[in-house]
Amino acid sequence: MTKPRLFIERSIEAGLFLSALLSVLVTLGIVSVLLVETFGFFKVVPLGDFLTDTEWTPLFSEKHYGILPLFTGTFLTTSIAMVVALPVGLISAIYLSEYASRRVRATLKPMLEILAAIPTVVYGYFALIFVTPLLQKFIPGLSGFNALSPGIVMGIMIVPIISSLSEDAMHAVPSGLKEGGYALGSTRLQVATQVVLPAAFSGIVSSFILGISRAVGETMIVAIAAGLQPRLTLNPLVPIETVTAYIVQVSMGDTPTGTLEYQTIFAAGMSLFLLTFILNILSYLLRKRFREVYD
Amino acid sequence: MPKLKHLLFSLSLLAVFWYSVHYLEYANPLFAASAQIKIDGSSTVFPITEAVAEEFRSVNRDARITIGVSGTGGGFKKFCAGEIDIANASRPIKPSEVTQCVAKGIAYIELPVAYDGIAVLVHPKNDWVDHLTVQELKKIWEPAAQGKVMRWSQVRPGFPEREIHLFGPGVDSGTFDYFTEAIVGSAAASRGDFTASENDNVLVQGIATDINALGFFGVAYYAYNKDRLKLVPIDDENDANGKGAIAPEYDQVLKGFYQPLSRPIFIYIRKESAARPEIKQFIQFYMKNGGFLSKDVGYIALPERAYRLALDRFEKQKTGSVFGGHGAQVGVDVEALLKKQGQ
Repeated sequence: MTKPRLFIERSIEAGLFLSALLSVLVTLGIVSVLLVETFGFFKVVPLGDFLTDTEWTPLFSEKHYGILPLFTGTFLTTSIAMVVALPVGLISAIYLSEYASRRVRATLKPMLEILAAIPTVVYGYFALIFVTPLLQKFIPGLSGFNALSPGIVMGIMIVPIISSLSEDAMHAVPSGLKEGGYALGSTRLQVATQVVLPAAFSGIVSSFILGISRAVGETMIVAIAAGLQPRLTLNPLVPIETVTAYIVQVSMGDTPTGTLEYQTIFAAGMSLFLLTFILNILSYLLRKRFREVYD
Repeated sequence: MPKLKHLLFSLSLLAVFWYSVHYLEYANPLFAASAQIKIDGSSTVFPITEAVAEEFRSVNRDARITIGVSGTGGGFKKFCAGEIDIANASRPIKPSEVTQCVAKGIAYIELPVAYDGIAVLVHPKNDWVDHLTVQELKKIWEPAAQGKVMRWSQVRPGFPEREIHLFGPGVDSGTFDYFTEAIVGSAAASRGDFTASENDNVLVQGIATDINALGFFGVAYYAYNKDRLKLVPIDDENDANGKGAIAPEYDQVLKGFYQPLSRPIFIYIRKESAARPEIKQFIQFYMKNGGFLSKDVGYIALPERAYRLALDRFEKQKTGSVFGGHGAQVGVDVEALLKKQGQ
């Protein structure tokens, strides 16, 4: 190559490398900010208290710094969302991959993905103003703010993530395996559940874990419809507060920078980050373990 | 060279884009920030300030007024940082905020705008509460109740075994400061396990959809939602100011019978901003029309005299708070307020 050409090539390579490096640097930056403030937080609040205290009231006069109430709130809404999203997502994926004709698949798949495009704030108000009153007709003791309603709506929101990724995993299974199954006289259901699912297992598990991470990190729906009352309970019918909703609540207020109350935001954020990080590692390990490579 | 042409072309495109974005700034002098009135603070005072702003806009089409709802504490924080012109406040300014304002060299003019009786509310289908005493409210809301007073039966024998779900303004709210001062005895002394939100509409939604709910906020939000909420009369067990349990109705609050939850609510104007013509016009409009507009939105209008004294205070640019910068004071009825204003 000519000298100027080579120079241009090299500078493009450098530019692309810098863009990739930028995302790594941003992640490192976020983690270091979290670490610094969380470190400051734990200088005052013992880690034992943080993990075992059953109340979370850092803004009030009797201060308790137990993260458990917020974690159970997140756990409640996430579990309810998964109970809705996993079966519906997986079954939709099986249908789209194994049963649907090409035309049906071409129409249905984009419509399913529209669910993922709806803004979460719209979902939040949908949960508060439509789903909760509807549920109150069937469950008389249901509070206006509760974990059930946003859980269900979050589940609906996550269905496209699970169905889309699972379906891609199932589609990637070589047709030779499926045809072998049919040749041996299996029904469609048998091929779908006993040949395709096990083969696509690692991809499906990845999609589950991605869905869980999404539910754990969801902020808007729970901030609007789940309530702002931290409480240690597994009852989905009463107001609760998730970790993400707490971060929103305090950030929008007038907590001065550098105080202990301010650092609680980072402690909560750090716990959330660690949780999703662990989920990501789990997903990676599961994928590695169950991955099937086809020639 | 083709590359240079491309470069020049993209630069000129950028320049055109930049200019078109900022055209309004260069062309229209009124677009400059100083013509805008920035207001923020209490969600309690918000309905009055908003009604005044709406009326003001209908006679002054060029007026640009933005009103935020960060809570009294949030509003003061922005006010003492010099970010807003007027702070809505449902309690007088407190010592830490005075320090902040002094540190930034911000002087303020305090004007009362109306009287509020903090309403205590339950769900309309709640058939066991017909009134509550101040002692019972204290039992429910004091810090020692956290995690302990969880059921209605613990409040008064005879109440059902149901859970209490509490709703109230958060720690940034002046209503929270005042309520805790009046009921528990010390500002911001409260249990922490309740649904706390500076947005009173969230509280209305929470109480209106939960049969076990109990909450409190400024009476205007009850006036807007009469069909979704049930008002609880409060008994302060002091016959001197009205016998028995009293509800925050207009005359009762005006006469000073709804105690201890009656209080004046204010706006604080930055002295620097008060020199601007649009602020002057706005405040004059506020003082002339604030009376009937507060009544309109559900609060209690101060007597004519109070608004005249307040306007006088503004025109004389008298700074400082008549409450000495000590925050919420309980039991200041309308007459006492007028006396303080007259000083």
